[in-house]
Amino acid sequence: MLGYAGRILHVDLSGGRTWTELLNEEYAKKYIGGIGLGMRLYLDHSKPDVDPFSPENPLVLATGPLSGSMVPTGGNGHAFVSKSPQSFGVGEAKAHGHFGTELKRAGYDAIVFYGKAEKPVYLWVDDDAVQLMDGKYLWGKSPQETEDAIKKELKDFYIRVASIGVAGEKLVRIACVINDKSRACGRTGLGAVMGSKNLKAIAVRGSKDIAVADKDRLLELVKIQHERMKGPAARKYRVLGTSENVLVLNALGAMPTNNFTSAVFPDANRISGEYLNERFVAKIIGCSSCAMRCEHVAVVPEGPYKGTTTRIEYEPLWAMGPNCGVGNLDAILKGMDLSNHYGVDAISIGLVVSFAMDLYKNGLLNKETAGMDLDFGNQEAMIEMIKRVSTREGFGDVLAEGVKLAADKIGKDAYKYAVHIKGVEMTGYDIRGMKTAALGYAVSFRGADHNRHGAYGPDVSGKVNRFKAEKGRGKLVKETEDLYALIDSIIVCKFSRGTYVKGYEDLAGLYNAVTGLEMKPEDLQKAGERINILGRLINIREGLTRKDDTLPWKVMHVPIPDEGPSKGSFVSQEELDLLLDDYYEVRGWNKEGIPTMEKLRDLGMEDLAYIVKDKLEPHKKQKKKED
Amino acid sequence: MAAVPKSEAAKWKLVSCDPEKCSGCSVCEYICSLEKEKVFSAQKSRIRTMRLHPLINLSIACRLCSPAPCVTACPRDALKQSEQTGVIMIDDEKCDGCSWCIEACDYGAITLHPEKKVVRICDTCEGDPECVKWCPEEALDFVTRDIMSQKARIAVSKKLFKEAMEAQGMKP
Repeated sequence: MLGYAGRILHVDLSGGRTWTELLNEEYAKKYIGGIGLGMRLYLDHSKPDVDPFSPENPLVLATGPLSGSMVPTGGNGHAFVSKSPQSFGVGEAKAHGHFGTELKRAGYDAIVFYGKAEKPVYLWVDDDAVQLMDGKYLWGKSPQETEDAIKKELKDFYIRVASIGVAGEKLVRIACVINDKSRACGRTGLGAVMGSKNLKAIAVRGSKDIAVADKDRLLELVKIQHERMKGPAARKYRVLGTSENVLVLNALGAMPTNNFTSAVFPDANRISGEYLNERFVAKIIGCSSCAMRCEHVAVVPEGPYKGTTTRIEYEPLWAMGPNCGVGNLDAILKGMDLSNHYGVDAISIGLVVSFAMDLYKNGLLNKETAGMDLDFGNQEAMIEMIKRVSTREGFGDVLAEGVKLAADKIGKDAYKYAVHIKGVEMTGYDIRGMKTAALGYAVSFRGADHNRHGAYGPDVSGKVNRFKAEKGRGKLVKETEDLYALIDSIIVCKFSRGTYVKGYEDLAGLYNAVTGLEMKPEDLQKAGERINILGRLINIREGLTRKDDTLPWKVMHVPIPDEGPSKGSFVSQEELDLLLDDYYEVRGWNKEGIPTMEKLRDLGMEDLAYIVKDKLEPHKKQKKKED
Repeated sequence: MAAVPKSEAAKWKLVSCDPEKCSGCSVCEYICSLEKEKVFSAQKSRIRTMRLHPLINLSIACRLCSPAPCVTACPRDALKQSEQTGVIMIDDEKCDGCSWCIEACDYGAITLHPEKKVVRICDTCEGDPECVKWCPEEALDFVTRDIMSQKARIAVSKKLFKEAMEAQGMKP
C-alpha cells in the first residue's frame, strides 16, 4: 500500500489531545482517498443531526493516494469534508497547490478534527511532531498574511499553510479554506466550520520519503501524461484558461446574467478570456507536479485598482461579473482579490451580491436597509458588499448566511431570487437551456455544482439536444458523476480529465504504479459509484430527500428571455421528475432516491445499510409502532 | 586554491532556469530525487524550486562557480571541483555534514542529506540532467555560460525589436 502514508491523525481541539491510527487497506481500496475517504471518515466519526457549527461536527482533511508523487496534478491535492453549514448535508471541497504534497510527506492520509479549541489556535504538523499553537495573533489576518506570519514564526519558508480568513472566523456560511495563498477549498462553507472550531490554520512540514511501488512503470506513464498535457486535451487550460468559457457560453445563451435574469451578457467581449490574456495576465503558474499549469495570474494595469494581483478563473469572473451586471475586469479582479483576502467562496460571494441586487431591483430591499445603491452593474457597490458580507457588517450580516437562509430571514418573495440548490449557490451555467446539466445539478450531493458531474459537457458539445428532457440523461449523469467522484478521491485535477484518454484504465495504471494495489479499471469505476452513494447516504442520514433534488426557483419558473438559441427555455417540474426517475432507476435507487439493499450489497456497503433500512421499509416500521 | 584555467571553465555546462518560463511546478525536484534517491523528496533533490510571489518562480541548482567558494570553505577537503565538467565532487568519507559549504554558497544550491548527514550538490547526471529532460515548460536548459549569455541576448533583442519584427512578419 505505497503512495498511502498509512496513517490517520486525530486531533481533539477541545482537549488538546492528538493520536494516530492506521489506515486499513479495505478503506483505501473502497474509498480511495480525497473526498471518498474523507466522507467515510466523517460518517464514522460523526453523529446525525448535529449543527454544522457545533463542536460535535468533525472536520476531515484528506490527501489522495497520489499526493506526494510525481503524477502530474495528482501529486498535490487535498480535500476537506464536514457537514455543510449551507446544505446541512455533506460538504466537501478540494484544492491543489503545494499543501497536499506536504501533508503526505509529513506522513498522513487524513486528519480528523474534533471539538472546539477554547482560544484561537493553529495546528503545526512537523512530521511526527504535532502540536496546537497559539493562534490569537493570527485572528483577524487574511489567509495570505496568516501564511507569511506562520512561516516567520516557525522560520521556514517551505512550510505549507491552509487557513481561513476573517469570513471563516465570523462564521460567514460561504467561507472557504485557502492554501498556498491563492488556492481554495471553496465550496459548501467549510471555512466557517473551521472557524467554529477556533482553528485558524494548519501548517505542515513534511520530510518523509514518498516511495512508489513501480518506479519505472510510473515514469513511463507520467511521460505519456506529460505529452498529452502538452497537447490539445489541455490546450484550453494552458492558453486562455477557464475564462475561455465567457464567449463560448455567451454564444450559447447560457451565461447567467444579472442573477439569472437573462442568459446573454452584452459586454462579454470586455471580460473574455481573450481580452484577459491580452491585457491582464502577467504569468501562468503551476501547482506542484503539474505539467499543464493553468493558474492565470492577472495584474490590473491602471485605474483605482491598479496593482491588484490575483488568480482568476471563469467561475468567479462570471459570478462577480456578468452575474452582477459588471462588465469591467478591473473591478472583477479586485473582487476576486478581496474574496481571497477575506476567505470567501469566490463563486458564492458573487451570487450573494447579485441576490441582493435582484431584491433591490424588485423592491424587496431598499437603499436604507442595504446601506447603498445596489443596481446591477454598480461595481463599487459589488466591491463594498463583498467586504460587508465577509465581515458581517450592516446588511452584509444577513447576506453572510448565504442566499437561502438570507431569503428565509427576509421573507416574502425573496426566495424567488435566491439562486441555489440545497442551500449552495449556483455556478456559471444557465441550466434552463441545458437539461442534462440541470439533472446533474439537481442530484449533486454537495448542492449546486458543475464539478460533481460535468453534465454540461454533452449539452455544450451538442452530443444531445440540450433543450430536451428525456430518458437516457440519467445514464450520462451517472457516468460522469462516477468518474468525477473518483477524480476527487484519487485526487487528480479536473482540468486534466481530458488527458486520461483511456479513462479508468489510465487512472488505474497510475494508481497501481504508485500504490502497488492491483485495482482494475472497473474496480475504480465501482469506487466512483460507491463514493457517490456514500455522499447520498450522508445526506439521507441528515434528512435530505427527493424533494431536495430540485432546482432554483428561477430555473423552474422564468424562461430565458433573450433572443437566441436558448430563448424560452426553463425546466418544468414534469421534466425534472422525468429526469430524476430516469436517474434513480439507472443508479439502482428507489423512487424516493434511496439506494436499495441490493445496490449496497453489490458495492460492498452492507455496513452502511442501517442508514436506509427504515426508509426502504417504512411500512414495516409503522407496523412495528402499531404493534 | 587556484581557479582552473579559463579554457576549461568555458566548456562547463550547468543547469540554468529561465524565470520567464518557470511555472514553479517543481517537477525538477520530483525527478531529481527519484533519479538520485529512488524516492520523491524535496529535501533530497539537488535542485530546488522557489516561489517568492506568484510572478516570481525559479529553480536553482549548482552554478559551477570558479573558484568555487564551497570547495574553499570545506575544512576537511571533502569537496573537489572537476576540471573537466566543473561539477563539485563530494567525498562522503570526509564530509561530516558541518555545512560550511552551505553557508559559503550564495545560491542555496547545496543541501544536507537528511539521513546520511553529508551534503548533496547537482552532479548534472553525468552531463545529461534529468530535470532538463522532464521540465514541462522547457524552462530548464543545460548550457555553457557562453550559450547562456547568447540566449539572453536573443531574448532581449526580441523584446526590444518586437514591433519591428512584427512589421517584418517575423514572430518575436
